[in-house]
Amino acid sequence: MSTLNTNSRLEKVLKAGHIGVTSECGPPRGSDAEEVKKKGMLIRNHVDAVNVTDNQTAMTRMSSLAACIHLKLMGIEPVLQMVTRDRNRIALQSDILGAASFDIPNILCLSGDHQSFGDCKQGQNVHDLDSMQLVQTVRYMRDEGKFLGGDAIKHPPKLFVGAAANPFADPFEIRVPRLAKKIACGAEFIQTQCVYNIDKFKEWIKRAVDRGLTEKTFIMAGMTPMKSVGMAKYMKNRVPGMDVPDEIIARLAGVPKDKQAEEGINICVEHIQELKEVKGISGFHIMAIEWEEKVPEIVERAGLYPRPQV
Amino acid sequence: MIIAKKKPIEEIISEVENFDRLLILGCNECVTVCEAGGKKEVEILASALRMNFMAKGKEKVIDEKTLERQCDHEYLEEIRANIDKYDAIVSLACGVGVQFAAEKYLTMPLIPGVNTVCLGANEARGLWTERCQACGSCILARTGGICPVSRCAKRVMNGPCGGSTKGKCEISKDVDCAWQLIVDRLKALNKMDDYEIVAPIKDWSTDRAGGPRTVTREDVNI
Amino acid sequence: MRLKLPANFRIVRVPCTGKVDIIHILRAFEKGVDGVYVVGCMEGDCHYNEGNFRARKRVEQAKVILDKVGVGGDRVKMFNLSSGEGPLFAQYSIEMDNKIKEMGPSPIRLAKQKKAKTAA
Repeated sequence: MSTLNTNSRLEKVLKAGHIGVTSECGPPRGSDAEEVKKKGMLIRNHVDAVNVTDNQTAMTRMSSLAACIHLKLMGIEPVLQMVTRDRNRIALQSDILGAASFDIPNILCLSGDHQSFGDCKQGQNVHDLDSMQLVQTVRYMRDEGKFLGGDAIKHPPKLFVGAAANPFADPFEIRVPRLAKKIACGAEFIQTQCVYNIDKFKEWIKRAVDRGLTEKTFIMAGMTPMKSVGMAKYMKNRVPGMDVPDEIIARLAGVPKDKQAEEGINICVEHIQELKEVKGISGFHIMAIEWEEKVPEIVERAGLYPRPQV
Repeated sequence: MIIAKKKPIEEIISEVENFDRLLILGCNECVTVCEAGGKKEVEILASALRMNFMAKGKEKVIDEKTLERQCDHEYLEEIRANIDKYDAIVSLACGVGVQFAAEKYLTMPLIPGVNTVCLGANEARGLWTERCQACGSCILARTGGICPVSRCAKRVMNGPCGGSTKGKCEISKDVDCAWQLIVDRLKALNKMDDYEIVAPIKDWSTDRAGGPRTVTREDVNI
Repeated sequence: MRLKLPANFRIVRVPCTGKVDIIHILRAFEKGVDGVYVVGCMEGDCHYNEGNFRARKRVEQAKVILDKVGVGGDRVKMFNLSSGEGPLFAQYSIEMDNKIKEMGPSPIRLAKQKKAKTAA
């Protein structure tokens, strides 16, 4: 696990045994990259890499690859998120090469939310490959140096490959087998869906540790601070695959409205501090959507600043 | 079987406005079973259309006939003798029948009377649901008899995706998560270990993507 | 029972309203009748269990079609009563008769009359 396969800082940090920290930003719904650059600037010193989402919730946005290039040109290390919803295997391989040509060193492979959630409900979806097969594809291109079709690639892409995991989605009994599958496909790091049910998450991690899966991949726990009790309730009731315990809701409801955001951050920091000590957790993926300015505070208070020199 | 749904009558009315002599042509197979284009539906559509145009003072000749199938030459030939009596045919067959009739009767306008929806099963009276996408490379032996191509909204080969909630698909509470069904079935078959077998990248060249498909049997073609 | 009933309607007897299909209703209007009412047993008391439920659904469907083709869905209606309720039958008949009179002749009847006149 300690040889480096890419130029990824994230890979270096994780393989050196440090706790990795990533965050995320969404590209704009327009052609001005300033927003992405600003978000990148806010968090650049507090994370090892920044995920750039790919037409998240099926809302058409500037492409993840383009936004990643903007960040890379500023010296910020991106994680290219790539969904299989919108591109066939030709385009996927093509974009992987495009990313590698800009030295974008990380990729997160996902299926993508169904297009009926977004602004193009009448569109086709592709799903030529699924997320696991995409992980296999990136590994194949990098390690075998070949296209899916079998031809050799001149200058194979070097990308550190990750996949997503949701410990809280149904059915629960296959969540760890599913993780095993992703690792068998070649996922080198895993970012989970945001965690609020710490106990259930620890149970999932324990099962992963028991199966030896954490020896083969780096698991980063997803963390999203709650802005308000309304947000907590929304996530509990309206977002599929989300487990928000009642204690969290109660805690937020128990403070006055203008203090709820602060309390949300407190909860987030406490969770990170607790999970830092848990065996099998290699890092944190802090998703503060439209609240990126809070990421530095969370990272600092959780004791993860400054980021290690590697 | 092929599942179809009656087109809204307003749509058919506007398509036939300019034709004076119509034949409403039904089919006795799939569209009869899914109650969209059989003899009964032909009668109802014909009666409704007659009344519609009579009430507007634009009476038309509207005849009815239901063939055994519209996807076979021999049955479509049955209307050849009288075809010149009509200016257009409203076919209530599935898309296959409409096209086959159009190919046979080159100069006769063909108007579809149903929307062909999917390949499916008759789950209950009045309920027909999709089961097969005709991908051309059946993998049901490996998925406990449940098809991820037709029943998973994202046709993931290694599912479920992260949106599966309480056995339902993220797109709607009314849609079962195909992978939940597959997992349940693998459990029932005592084959949960199969779950971790990584399904290979699918060959879609036998699917629609590869182009219009043909099946031949040289051995039966004398 | 010698009750007063409107004189201008035809009774078509069926063993159960479940026997009435949409096409029967539509054909009646095609022939030029101004209204159709389907009279079945009380819901839950159908001798054949669901015949009158089927009839109700078919009447609803016929209404939709008649509205779409410009004849008027209100010209068809379903009533439920028990076979012993003679006075209620008379009441429903009068109600239906009045409603149809109010609506006027069916556009199909008018079209047929017009056609007959121009032919003559």
